[in-house]
Order: sequence, then structure tokens, then C-alpha cells
Amino acid sequence: MTFNLAAFSYIIALIGDAFLIFFAIFHVITFDELKTGYKNPIDQCNNLNPLVLPEYILHIVINVFFLISEQYFSLFINIPLIAYHVWRYMNRPLMTESGLYDPTSIMNAYDLSIYQREGWVKLAFYLLSFFYYLYG
Amino acid sequence: MSQSSGYQYPVYAEPNNSLKNDPSPIVNGQNSASQQNGVQSPQFNLTGTPSSQSSRDPSRETSRDPSPTQYLHNQYRPQLPRPPMPPINGPPSSNALPLLSRTTQLHNPVNPYGISNQYAASAHSNVAVSTPSTAFVSQPNQEVQYRNTIPLNQMPLLAKNLSSGSAPSTFTNTTEPELAKVNQSYQWTTNPLPTNAAQGTTDISGTSSNIDKTSQVSTDQTAGVQTSFTGYKTLVQGQCDPTFPSSANVSLPPSNLRQHVNKIRHIQQDPAISNIQSPKTQNIQASQPIIGVSESLNNPQLKYSSQQNLFSPTSTPLNSSTPNLFHGSQGHNIDSRNPQNYSPQPLKPQQNLLTGYMDSTGLGNTLQGQNIHQNLPGQRRYPQQDTANTTMLPPRTTAPPLGANQLHDARPPPPGMPPLPSQQLYDTRSQHPGPMTNVPLDSLNKRYPNIYPDQLNQLNNQMGNLNVTQSSYNKLWGMEAVDLLQCRNILPPEKVEPPKIRLHQEVLDNVNCNPDIFRCTLTKVPESNSLLQKSRLPFGVLIHPFRDLNHLAVIQCNTIVRCRACRTYINPFVYFVDSRRWKCNLCFRLNELPEEFQFDPVTKSYGDPARRPEVRTGTIEFIAPSEYMVRPPQPAVYLFVMDVSRLAVESGYLQIVCNTITEELSRLPGDSRTQVGFLAVDSALHFFSMPDNVSQPHEMIMLDIDDVFLPCPENLIVNLKEREELIRDLLAQLSVKFCGTHDTNSALGAGLQAALKLLSATGGRVTVFQTCLPNLGPGALQPREDPNARANKDVPHLNPATDFYKRFALDCSGQQIAIDLFLLNSQYSDLATLSCMSKFTGGCIYHLPLFRASKLQNSETLERLFRRYLTRKIGFEAVMRLRCTRGLSIHAFHGSFFVRSTDLLCLPNINPDAGFGMQISIDENLSDVQNVCFQASLLYTSSKGERRIRVHTLCLPVVASLSDVLYSADQQCIVGLLSKMAVDRSLQSSLSDARDALINVAIDVLSAFRLSQSSGSGGLIAPGSLKLLPLYIIALLKSIAFRSGTSTRLDDRVFAMFQLKTLPLAQLIQVVFPDLYPIHALDDRNSKDIDGKVCPQPPRLHLSAEKLDSRGVFLMDAGDRIFIYIGKNINPIFCSNVLGVSAFVSIPEEMYELPELDTVESERLRNFIFSLQEEKPYYVPVQIIRDDSHFRTLFIERLIEDRFESALSYYEFLQHLKTQVKE
Repeated sequence: MTFNLAAFSYIIALIGDAFLIFFAIFHVITFDELKTGYKNPIDQCNNLNPLVLPEYILHIVINVFFLISEQYFSLFINIPLIAYHVWRYMNRPLMTESGLYDPTSIMNAYDLSIYQREGWVKLAFYLLSFFYYLYG
Repeated sequence: MSQSSGYQYPVYAEPNNSLKNDPSPIVNGQNSASQQNGVQSPQFNLTGTPSSQSSRDPSRETSRDPSPTQYLHNQYRPQLPRPPMPPINGPPSSNALPLLSRTTQLHNPVNPYGISNQYAASAHSNVAVSTPSTAFVSQPNQEVQYRNTIPLNQMPLLAKNLSSGSAPSTFTNTTEPELAKVNQSYQWTTNPLPTNAAQGTTDISGTSSNIDKTSQVSTDQTAGVQTSFTGYKTLVQGQCDPTFPSSANVSLPPSNLRQHVNKIRHIQQDPAISNIQSPKTQNIQASQPIIGVSESLNNPQLKYSSQQNLFSPTSTPLNSSTPNLFHGSQGHNIDSRNPQNYSPQPLKPQQNLLTGYMDSTGLGNTLQGQNIHQNLPGQRRYPQQDTANTTMLPPRTTAPPLGANQLHDARPPPPGMPPLPSQQLYDTRSQHPGPMTNVPLDSLNKRYPNIYPDQLNQLNNQMGNLNVTQSSYNKLWGMEAVDLLQCRNILPPEKVEPPKIRLHQEVLDNVNCNPDIFRCTLTKVPESNSLLQKSRLPFGVLIHPFRDLNHLAVIQCNTIVRCRACRTYINPFVYFVDSRRWKCNLCFRLNELPEEFQFDPVTKSYGDPARRPEVRTGTIEFIAPSEYMVRPPQPAVYLFVMDVSRLAVESGYLQIVCNTITEELSRLPGDSRTQVGFLAVDSALHFFSMPDNVSQPHEMIMLDIDDVFLPCPENLIVNLKEREELIRDLLAQLSVKFCGTHDTNSALGAGLQAALKLLSATGGRVTVFQTCLPNLGPGALQPREDPNARANKDVPHLNPATDFYKRFALDCSGQQIAIDLFLLNSQYSDLATLSCMSKFTGGCIYHLPLFRASKLQNSETLERLFRRYLTRKIGFEAVMRLRCTRGLSIHAFHGSFFVRSTDLLCLPNINPDAGFGMQISIDENLSDVQNVCFQASLLYTSSKGERRIRVHTLCLPVVASLSDVLYSADQQCIVGLLSKMAVDRSLQSSLSDARDALINVAIDVLSAFRLSQSSGSGGLIAPGSLKLLPLYIIALLKSIAFRSGTSTRLDDRVFAMFQLKTLPLAQLIQVVFPDLYPIHALDDRNSKDIDGKVCPQPPRLHLSAEKLDSRGVFLMDAGDRIFIYIGKNINPIFCSNVLGVSAFVSIPEEMYELPELDTVESERLRNFIFSLQEEKPYYVPVQIIRDDSHFRTLFIERLIEDRFESALSYYEFLQHLKTQVKE
């Protein structure tokens, strides 16, 4: 039987991953703009913050499907990222609305470079996993 | 008698801090010629007292705001009633003149200063003038053997100056460009070879003989010639200075060739000489005998001995202690002179800088050796003494007991030493009329009997360890190292001067930004990041951008010349390729010069772009054209949000605040558009509407605080001029209106939201008064502090409890609104959360804990503070950008602002008391550039509705060697930056983490230094430039912000942290490390003249109980308050003469001001306190503490070198460092 749960979960993962790639690209572009000073950090944070939770949730949903369909290897690849996301959200700065980025501290050069690197790493990861899901 | 008093005049020209306090004659407009030509060195920009005055003298304030009408307008304060600097050509008092003429006849004109000058002796007739030059001859030559750069540059310059000095008239009249050229050409010619230098040498001796002649000719001449000589002297000194950069001590205020040319500026320079002089004192005192040797090198008079020392160090009996060397040389020199020349002089110089504050009769008895050690001013005495020494006493007996020295103690003469004639003479003359002279403080020597032998041992040890010549050369190059464990007295008696920045071109040194405005932790920038890491020093700059300046070149032109690539403003450090193009010094792009830039506004001529004011000063202000405006400049808008809850009314602040506002209404900075509004907050919001046609302000109470709206669209904020009557009426009502209220709630959050709505159209300043925790409506807070855990090691709740105030602050920042907070709380008010609203809007915070208007000192503090706050300059809708040379980038910002881009700070308001810090990182290798530059540009709207840009440019040389970096570090600036970083660390991680980090910095730096030293000797060696670092770090660890183990209220701690982040450096250092002065025997030596008051300047003491004396009185200046500590056994005469009470026991427990008594002592002390107050933004409260009072802890806990509760003492801390510093 070709169309089983595993195949279904990979199709879901593929679609979800496409979205995640878009998120990552957006993330990278935004931080680049921030760094060059074209945009106001308040606006940027307002743009970025609403997207943080959807990204994390989407990623977790994909992995839930992997779990259900017993694709443990795929799940295993993703576990570190999930752990990182959880850690990240636990340590987010104090803020009332959802999101991670605080306009007052986002311009700190050290944080900024970390965020930027995070964006690139995630983009690479999502791209690789996209091809993995495609052919896996 | 007139003579001795005349002497005091020259002496007083020795201020502690020439840059900041210099009562410069220029301020008085004497030097109007030089001012109008718009060429102002940074030094002059900043002379006079700083910011402080504006709050007190309205006339000054107005004159400070430059009018844009003139093309080039210089600010200064013509009304300043200070008498001109007395000496030489403008005798302010009849006293000075006779002396001067006498001096001239006897010596070179310089003599008045010579008293405290190392060159004192050199001022003596013929020998004198030639001596400095010959001394110089010898120096650079020697240096050539060891090193090869600097002296070559300097030597010929010197030669040139000398020769020009030989013709005084031309010298004084030389025009700047000429001299600049000369300067240039000499740099070219000199660079090559040692032989060149030698030639320069002969030059000098030739010219010096010339000078001899002139000086002889001019024995009874005019002041003008005298001046020229003074200036010429100064030059010698200035040039010599780089070769003796004894770390932090010797730092001339930026001296310019041009300044030397200008005769009046010569005089101005003279304090600098004495400045140099006195730090040397300290060096000698720092119980380094070797320094004494190099000191002698420095002293032309001692040429012989010094050369002996240098070239045949082994032949000198070193162990018999340095003074002997001095003696020998003294004898030498003196023989060749007519001893009679000295006779008028010996009187005053005898009083030493260090023992100066002590009983002067005691001094008369001081061992002469002591004098020598303390400094050379005492030299004049030697003719008599020398005979005494050589004939009567073996050198050993005259060897000064260093220990005694350090303790400022007067010792009885040794047996067999006859009282010297000059001393006797002196005794009779300079005895103070007051009885204080008779107070003999008990000898510290007796109390600490072991100090003296210890010191001797140390001397011997060091003698054994170090090569004399080596170390004297090290000192020569500003590279001396200090063993912290052995040198107890490392604090200079005067203010710690910032190290001087030495660029490759001397012309540029003088145009660099003033260190009070712009300072870098490293005055030489390491060329790569790895080198920076090796030095383990933090790299960053501290900026005080909106500092009140007395002189500021303001420029209005059509096009502001900026680099097209990086938008850098043109500055003195750019490179002019030709007269049409310039090369940006930050991004190295080649730019075109606009036609307009060829025009010189001073001479009204075309041609030379290098004469524009933009390229002649490191600090300049442009009046911005309309391209720099996003919207029309906003009016000045002030909104006051008052807490009127029960606690607030009980504290009684309303009365004071309302009265002060009423009084200062007319002085609020602003123009005809100025608007004012008031809002009162308890559990409801009270709006006050002031429409046009009513006689009484309308009050509107809004009870619904969850959804704030404005009750009426206008008239809540009204024009100050139009509705002044209504406003005064309202203020009168406000102060009594809420009496007897029982409302204990505060809906501050709602009030702030209303304020935002009120001001969002214009922007402006919101002043919030809060006395309790906001506990209602939006932004309500819970008490979080556990009073029992105040002494715990880790302090929770340093971070905000809610982000309401931060988000609010960001909204405000977007609307160009700044929030300033006055927290007058009597209970926990969660400043950690509330401070966010100021922190991100460029606001400031004042915290007066336990405020009660009934307490006089509280109400006075608030009134002065608030008066200053209301009347100080203000800039609206400001942004500040810091640009730096390619390869550097800004890593982090500290201060109160919102960071809008990587290098752009958004400051809705900027005030003159705000300081900022930036951490810099080195991204690229800088080895291909000679200098790096930082440029801070502050764009703001003045209260008069003008858009202005203030540009500060700092240029620093790049070096490749680690020891260069370490030796040129700026310890105060480092501490300033470290404290900011530590605050960040304690917020992000924890307090104990921050404390550990601070200690680690000290360990790392000292380890790095040890690694950089090839020869590892024992002890804890620190470079001279960083010798105070451990002291400052332990002071930081014991400061309110970082201390642990001592019960500290959370709000106090958070406020202290906020202060560390935002205070300008000088104030920050004072808060962390207070200044301690002995004031029981003030006298007029070294005093300076401020506003016609002669203010004594006693030396600073280490913050240790060891320095206290039960018979003494000590003043501690802790920045925001001043303590006067009265010892138990104080002389009753002091009590009656100064405190106005009969005896110690009758001093009241709480005493907050000095009575104005008509006695000399009282006046001196009051003048001294006045001189301290003048340096502060506002007059701080003075508290007089009896030794047995329970306020004693306030004083004792600030003696940070001692063990206090669980905190380590300084010595223990050093030992801890020593164990940690790796071999």
C-alpha cells in the first residue's frame, strides 16, 4: 500500500516545511534590514513576533505526524530543533504579547548577530529536510 | 608682607584639574581677539565651571545659548565676574604687581610660577634659561640610544620654539599658520636621524644663549616680555612633557602651538605647568626612590646629578637614598649662583604641596629632606640648607623618612640641626593668624610605628631589584610600573587626570575632543582584535555629548560638509588632498569640497580650507538647514504629572515643587511657543484645563482609569506666555488642594497614558513625581521586595515585573516624548519596573528615598535639584549617531535611550547631565591605518526651536604592541565602562556574577601585564596607567549597586545602577570613589580663584580610616552629597571659628550647613566647599557628622579601602588578586 500514514505525514511535512522555509527567509531578510538600519526595530519586532509561535507550532505539528506514523528517524533529526525552540521560548524576554524579540534589546550587536546566524542555520536545516522529506 | 601674599597668587594658579576647573582668564573675555577668530582649542571650550551654573545664574544661561544670527558665533559668558588670572600681565590685585617686578629683577619672569614648577630653579638668571635646553639636549640624545621616535619629533620643535622665543616680540606676534607650518616642517626634517637631533641640540644651546641675553636685557621690562617668556617656558615644558608621560599624572591640557603663540594663552598654560609639577610630587611620594632619580632628570636644575645617575648609576650611593643625590646637585647648581637671589623666595615654596594643608609652623620644622621628597618647590631653600647639610650633617641623617612623608606629618628637626634662617623667617611670616596653626595632629608615625622601617625595606628591595637607568627611562616613556602591594599611596593628591592622547602629528593633539566630553578606555588603540584580547581591557568610549560648554563654535552655512559615503562630518582629522578635495578619515573616501568651504570667515578671505573652524576643533555645532528636519522643529512642551495620593501629600513635596516651578516659570528654556501642562494622579486622574477666558483653572476628574481618554481636546496644555496667570494660579492651588486626602492609591499607568495622548502631537518632556507604588489601573505593580533578604548575596527582582512601562516608553519614544522620574518614595516603589519608562526615552531619574519635606536637608536638596532640572538646557527630538573608522563597530550601548539602528540612538530629550557609553569591537585589522576616529553627532532641536547638530570627534593612534596598549589605558574611563557592563551583567545574569566579572577584570588585566613584562619580579605589578584600577574595582564592589552583605534597599540599588549607566564619567567616579580631604588646616596655598573667592585646594587622601585623625576634620565629597566628619578631639577653637559652637560636645547631632562666620577658617572652608559645589550640576547637601553620631556609618561605609562588614579591605583584595594573577 503506497498511500499509508507515513507517506501522508511526509506530504504534510513537505508542505509545512515549505512554509517554514518562507518563515526562515523572512527572518533572514528582516534581520539583514535591521542590521543595515533601514527599518525601525519597533516595526520589525511587530512584524516578527506574531510569526514566531506559528513557526514553532507548525514545526511541532510536523513532528507529531512523524511520531504518529512512527517515522522515528525523521523525528530524531528534528528533536534538537524542537528542544531549541522550547528553550528559546522559555527564556524569552518579559513581554505581554507572544513572540521573542524585544525592540529595546534586539539592536544589541551580539544578539543581532546570533539572531542572524540562527536565521541562516534554520534556513539551511529546513532546506535540507525539505529534500529529505521529498525523497525520503 | 605684600610679598608673601603676592606669592600666593601665582601659586593659586595651580588648580587640581586644569581642564575642568581652570578659572581661565579667557572666560573673562580678556582674550577676545582669539575668541572671535573662532579658533578655539577644546581646552577653551570647556574652561570655567561646567554645567553647574546654569541653575543658579540665569544671566549665564541665556548667554550660553548661542544665537544663530552671526555667521560664526562663539559662546562664552561675558558676565562671569571672575577676576582675570592675576599674574604676569594682568595683575588683579596690587599685591601681585610689586612681587612681579621684583621677581623679574631677580630672575626670569617665570618665577612666580617657578615656585611650584620644576623649572623653578631654571628661572634663575642666566644659568637658568640655558639649563632647560641643555637638559633637553641630553635627554633626547640619550633616548636616541634606546628608542627612536618621539624625541626626534619633539626636539627640533623645541629648538624652533626656543629660537623664536629668543626674539620675544616676534614670538608673541607670530601668526598661527606660520607656526603650524613651522611645526610641520620640523616634523619633516626631524624624522630622519639621530644626527639631526643632535643638530637640533646645538641649535638649542645657541638659541638659549640668545635667550640669556634677552632675559638680561629685559630685567625691568614690561609685562609683555615676561609673558612671552612664560609662554616660552610653557612650551619647553609642553614639549618636554611627552618624554615624561608619567602615566595618568602628567597630562597637560591639550596644548597647542598656536596657544603658545598667543601670549595670553601662555598664562593660561601656566597652571598646566604646575599641574605637571604636582603629580610628580606624588610620584616621588609613592616611595619609589628610583623615580626620584628620573625626577632629577626632569629637573633641569639637577642636570648634573641626573646625568650622573643615568650614566654611572652604580657610582651613586643609591642606598643612601635619593635625596642625597638631590643635595649634591643642589650644591652644584647653587654654587654657581648668587645665593642672594634666593633670599626673597624661600618663604613660600617651603610649604609643600603635600604637607601644605598642615600646620605651617610645623612645616617650618620639617626636615628638609622631607621637602625634597615631597617636591622640588622647596629647592629655593637650599642655599642655606645646603651648607647645613654638607657641613653639619651626614647625608644619612637628612635622608627623609618616607613614612613620615606619606602621612603628612610634621616632624621635629633632628638634634643637631640648627633652625635654618629661612625657616625662621618663614615662620614669622606665614603663620596663620588663626589659632588653628597650633593644632598639632598627633603623629601618625607614632600611631603606626612600623611604617617607617617597612618603607625603608621596600626602598632597599626595589633598589636591589630594579635597574636604575632602566626604570628612569621607563618613567620617561610613561611606562613605569607600580608594585601595588608595596606602594600604599597611589592616589595623586589632585584629581586624576585623563591620559593625554598623542597622535603622530602634534597639531592634531590639540584639536582633539575634550576628554570630559569624549573619552576612550584606551588612548592607543590596538591594531587587531587579538591584541585587544591579549590586553584583557574593555574597549569603548564614554560620551557626555550635551555637556554645558562655555565656548562652542557655532556655524551656520548652506552646506554642511560631509562625506558622501559614510556621512561623516568634516573634522580636523580629515586629509586634504588638495584645496578641492578631502579624504574622509572614517571610510577613506575622496570627497569634493564645496566652493563655500574655501572661504575663511575670520579673515574673510578665500583659499585655504584648513582655516575653517570645522577643521580646527574637535567639538563644533552646526545650525542645521531644513534637510535635517522631518517636521518643523517642535516647541518646548513640559508636562508635570504629580502624585497626589496620601503618601505624596504627607511627604509634602508638592509645596516645594509647585513653588519652584512658580519661581522658575520665566526661566524654563523655550521660546514664545513654550507650553506647559499639569496632571495630578491618585486613584483618579485630575486634568486641569486652562481656557482663554476664565479666571480659574478648571479641574476635571476622570475616575475611569482603565480606558483613558482626554476630557477635552485643548487647553490641557497651554502656552506659557499667554496663560501665565492661570498657571501660577493653578500652582498655588495645587500645593494645598489635596491636603487631607485619604486616597492611598496611585494610578500612574493611566496618568502616563493620558500624558502620552496629551503630548503625542508635539512631543516634549513629561516630569513624573511618584511617591508610592502604582497599584491601580494599567501598569499596576505588586510589592516584590523581601526586606529580610536585603543583605543576601544574590538580589532578585532587579528586572522589571511587567513590560507595561517599557512598551509605554517605546510609544513615547516614537512620539518624541521623554519621561523623567522623580521618585520620592518612603516605601518600596519598584524602581526596577518604573525606571523602564525613563530608560528608553532618554529621560533621567532622581531618587530621594524617605523624602520628607519637613526635613530641611531633604527639601533643600529637592529644591536645588529641581531648580537645576527646570532651568538646564534641553534638546528635543534628538538623535545621536556614533560613527567610527572602518574596521571598528559598536558592540553595545549604555545609557538612557532607544537604539534605533546599529549606530543610532533615539533620544526624545537630551539633557546636559546625561552620559553614554559604547562598547567597541575591532572587526578588521587596523594595521594599515595610523589613527582611528570616533565621531559622535547629536542632532537636536534647541529649546528656541532651532535644529542643531553638535559634533564631537575623537582621534586615537593605533599601536601594535601590547605594552603600549596597557601603558596608555585610561583607568577612570575603564572603570566607567566596566561599571556599565557590570550593570548589564547583573540584570541579565545575577549580581554575584557581575561581582565575579569585575574581580576577574582586575585579575585578567594584571595577568596580562605580567605576561607582557619580560622580567617577572615579585609583588603585584601594575602599569602606572592602571595602578588605580584595583582600587576603583573594589570601590565598585562596595558601591551601593554591587555590594552584597550590606543591607541595601532594592530601589536604592536599582537607582545606583541607573546612575552608573547614565552619569557622566567625572560624577560617576566621584560616586564610586568619593574624594576625601583634610580640612582642619586649610590655607590659601594652591588655592584657586572662583568667582572672586579664593578656594583652598587641600590634597586628596586615601579612603581609609588610617588617614583620619581624631583631632582632624575631614570632608568627603561623594558626588551627590558632602560629608564633613569631625574628629572627637577637635580643637575647640576650630569649633567656635568654623562651626559656631563652643566645643565638640555641643555640635548638634544633625547639622546640615556651615554657619557663615566672619573668621578666616570659616571663610576658607566655605570657599573650598563652594569650589566643590561649582563642579556639580547642582549644589548638593552638606552634612556635618560628629565622630560619635549615629550618622557616622554614612561616612565610615564610604571609606572603601577599609574592611567594612563582610567586604574585603583594599589590601586584602590586592592579596587576593596576587594569588589569582598567574605567574
